[in-house]
Amino acid sequence: MSEQIKKFMYLNRRAPYGTIYAWESLEVVLIGAAFDQDVSLAFLDDGVYQLVKGQDTAEVDMKNFSPTYQALGDYDVTKLFVEKESLEERGLTLDDLMPLTYEDEDDDWAEKDSIKVVSRAELADIMEEQDVMFSF
Amino acid sequence: MDSCLAYAKQGSAVLMYEDGIYGAIKGTAIADKIAAASGVSFYVLGPDLKARGVAEDKVVDGIEIVDYAKFVALAAENDKVQAWV
Repeated sequence: MSEQIKKFMYLNRRAPYGTIYAWESLEVVLIGAAFDQDVSLAFLDDGVYQLVKGQDTAEVDMKNFSPTYQALGDYDVTKLFVEKESLEERGLTLDDLMPLTYEDEDDDWAEKDSIKVVSRAELADIMEEQDVMFSF
Repeated sequence: MDSCLAYAKQGSAVLMYEDGIYGAIKGTAIADKIAAASGVSFYVLGPDLKARGVAEDKVVDGIEIVDYAKFVALAAENDKVQAWV
């Protein structure tokens, strides 16, 4: 086995619940977190809806998996890039999203924000740095 | 949503449900088209709004928020139903 750490990015481009993609992506991220790679998530297009706060699925008889995003920090998944243009096109701001944080072990376990809003151009640069991309 | 609106005639009823509820949100390009569609009634399924964290005050004025019972009533009232998936 190679010890080399690769940069893995999961691209999330679909809304939750209408299709299974959002949930499947989250499952793969959590499984992949066991492999000690450099993992980041990108939310763009309708994928930004996955992080909207206040989701309540009781009446549609589906599992509300949005609280699981809060657990990502405990699995060392701490880089969630949200595309600014995708938010704006949908009338959303950072305030509409769940506050997601992690504890930074290199900084005396200080609580830090996992979500970073980036422009489309910035996200394109981040994508270019990746070794592997998974698209959902 | 764009093509759905293009086929909706006077007297049509449009119900937005599942991921279709995103079309009912204020301040989008689609919202203006909904306002401009005369003679078409618009409905959105409340449980699907809640599931996706969309508050009722974010829904475009004039779109009626309905429950499952009203969904059934609408399907019965309108003699032809097209699922625009």
